[in-house]
Amino acid sequence: MSTPNHPSEAFDENPGTARRLLAPRRHAPGSPVAAALTRRRSKRRRRLTNVAGLFAGLCLMGALYTTIVPGAQAAGDTTTAAGTAEAAGQAIYNRTCISCHGANLEGVPQRGPSLIGVGAASVYFQVHTGRMPLARQGAQAIEKPPVLSDKEIDQLMAYVQAHGGGPTLPSGDLRAGDLAQGGELFRLNCSSCHNFVGEGGALSSGKAAPSLKNADDLTIYTAMLTGPENMPVFGDSQLTPDEKRSIIDYVQTIKAQADPGGAGVGRIGPVSEGLVIWVVGIGVMMFGIFWMGSKA
Amino acid sequence: MARTAAAPGVPTTRVGKAAYELDDRFIVAGWLRRTMNKVYPDHWSFLLGEIALYSFVVLLLSGTYLTFFFDASMKEVVYNGSYAPLRGVPMSAAYESTLGLSFDVRGGLFVRQLHHWAALLFVASIIAHLMRIFFTGAFRRPRETNWLIGVTLFVLSLLEGFAGYTIPDDLLSGTGLRIFGTVILSIPVVGTWLFFALFNGDYPGQFVVGRLYIAHVLLVPGILLALIGLHLLILIKQKHSQFPGPGRTEHNVVGNRFFPTFAAKSGGLFFLVFGVCAGLGGLVQINPVWLWGPYNPAQVSSASQPDWYIGFLEGSMRLFPAWEINFPGNYAIPAPFWPTVFLPGVMFTLLALYPMLERKLTRDSASHQLLQRPRDVPVRTSAGAMALTFYLVLVISGGNDVIADKFDISLNAMTWAGRIGLILLPPIVYVITYRICLGLEHHDREVLEHGIETGVIRRLPHGEFIEVHQPLGAVDAHGHGELAYGGAPVPKKMNQVGGARRAIRGFFRPVEDPAQVELEQRAEGYGLSAAEDEGRELTTSGRPSEGGRPSEGGRPQEPRD
Repeated sequence: MSTPNHPSEAFDENPGTARRLLAPRRHAPGSPVAAALTRRRSKRRRRLTNVAGLFAGLCLMGALYTTIVPGAQAAGDTTTAAGTAEAAGQAIYNRTCISCHGANLEGVPQRGPSLIGVGAASVYFQVHTGRMPLARQGAQAIEKPPVLSDKEIDQLMAYVQAHGGGPTLPSGDLRAGDLAQGGELFRLNCSSCHNFVGEGGALSSGKAAPSLKNADDLTIYTAMLTGPENMPVFGDSQLTPDEKRSIIDYVQTIKAQADPGGAGVGRIGPVSEGLVIWVVGIGVMMFGIFWMGSKA
Repeated sequence: MARTAAAPGVPTTRVGKAAYELDDRFIVAGWLRRTMNKVYPDHWSFLLGEIALYSFVVLLLSGTYLTFFFDASMKEVVYNGSYAPLRGVPMSAAYESTLGLSFDVRGGLFVRQLHHWAALLFVASIIAHLMRIFFTGAFRRPRETNWLIGVTLFVLSLLEGFAGYTIPDDLLSGTGLRIFGTVILSIPVVGTWLFFALFNGDYPGQFVVGRLYIAHVLLVPGILLALIGLHLLILIKQKHSQFPGPGRTEHNVVGNRFFPTFAAKSGGLFFLVFGVCAGLGGLVQINPVWLWGPYNPAQVSSASQPDWYIGFLEGSMRLFPAWEINFPGNYAIPAPFWPTVFLPGVMFTLLALYPMLERKLTRDSASHQLLQRPRDVPVRTSAGAMALTFYLVLVISGGNDVIADKFDISLNAMTWAGRIGLILLPPIVYVITYRICLGLEHHDREVLEHGIETGVIRRLPHGEFIEVHQPLGAVDAHGHGELAYGGAPVPKKMNQVGGARRAIRGFFRPVEDPAQVELEQRAEGYGLSAAEDEGRELTTSGRPSEGGRPSEGGRPQEPRD
């Protein structure tokens, strides 16, 4: 029956201790109060020693673990830097991806697809845009700030690339293309979902083609290369690397371009324009005619 | 000299002499005097149609400027203008000249945008005007003809807007034209023939932009102009209807003369309309065709919408299930026929015939010069609200993919909400509107019978609390008002009958000193404050003729003393 009281006693004791540590009171030596204080102090010292010992032990264990475990694996594998990155990638994989994509990247039914052969480009797109690790199962992965650091993403890419290969990250200037051709290709291949200038659009059943507003060059390139979510894959035989670069050039140029006609109102055309004419146009006119009517 | 001056009516000033000479030749004085002196009633809602008229004028002016630079040809050219992202792209001459208008013609982009905004405002104000006419019963005899002309103007303005939207031949409008083509194709029996006649061959061909251009700048505006003229002439001939009010009857018009008051107001309104269109044209981008790209039948963008006034057809197309009716022998009525030909056909026929329908149903074929307050005709008002709801669900569904995208709603959910809403919402709105109308009517009667609630609570000798009511006129033996409802707004606040302090003037902030107004009011003996000073019983008008004691709130009285 004393158990329920125990936590509250502990609670009562701790704040008092803290206060005494901060502002120790002085008492005459030899007095009963001083004796009690000495007893308390030694008790506290004992406790502190215990905690410090435990902490040191844990640190030591951790240090041993970090030095021994990868070493053991590296010994069985290769000793190159790539091998190390791969191993680190596997550790990240086991920590963040394994529950849906399976222990050997083979996928888990109803949860996540196999990652064998998806390639580093796919990892880059999914993890860099924060879509993976997945927040929750839903119509579509939601874009969010990336959970993993750039270094961790590189390691994960190395690990996935080592299992079945697949498309890798491009190099060089990703905007080295023909602007006008990029526009034509964008309207032909991309605008049916991403809208005329990449404002994004709705797809069926809660899915959507995202806006390209926040997409950087590499994100767009890897998306085309790997076809995430509902997006088709635009392999190098469908859109050559040069054509992909043209499209990126067009998208980024249009995004950076000012609206010469004034406020862009979302660049989505008649829907926002209709809203503007009814709210602003008719709104101001109503204001005007009320005013004229009140001057009868 | 003396002889001329002595003769009455002979002009002496230079202007007067010139006018005399003119009248001598053209005999316009009598007509001009009648016109200038014609009285127009005054109400803010009568200006809605004028907004449409003035935006049409703005459209004519800005459109004329655009024709100087637009080339309505579908001839293929390669763009080499100043907009870099399209340089080297093959396109039609129409699209190229629109790009030229936007980037290379001085003021071209501004006038293009001004023209487009004015077009949106034109149709929007037509609908606002139509609603005013409908809900106030202004279409009743003798104005059915003008109603029919108005509905024709409305339909023609949709056609005119669609043609204007199409002729730049950009990717957005081309997609619209493709849909328009399928709509024509879906008409049973004649569809294919109509389609080939319009496009002069298969889609898209070489001619359709040129034809729509002529329709847009000559045919339809010509008819619009003629019909607007007729609309106004009939209005002048029949005189403007007016709301009931003091001194207003079926046989007079109370308002301002055309010159100078009405003309000044109308002139002001014209500049306001022009200002709104120019402001939007200069500040808000509309139809940035350079972003859409040239039309290519192989390309279709998501969120391809028509301008808002065609949105209801887009919405009906999106909501209607893909029901195709097949007949033996390879004949079919394709699905687009029902939502885009049949449905608007029914909608506009009902709209056009509404005055006749109402005359038939109510058996009211009398001539009406006085308008009705919407609450006084609950059935019509509710039916109108119902129709409006139907229309609104269609318009919203026309942009349902954009709404789904921007608000993270499933597009399928939007479509089903539209389908269910289209059928369920109108009757619900009918019932709600009907109840609101009845409630407002009852409150009018309540105020006429018992007076205005003064907000003054009195305690009767036996302890009961009552709110003091101010009767609007004479009361009968029971303290009930004897005024009948005349179809005019009933004052419901004390300051509307001069019984309270008047409002301090000033729109955004007071332009007069409240203390000064208070003093003026006391000096003039107006308002509750004056009554307080005199120690007079609140809300008693002091007229012995009133018999009852208004301060008792119109309750049946026990004999006193």
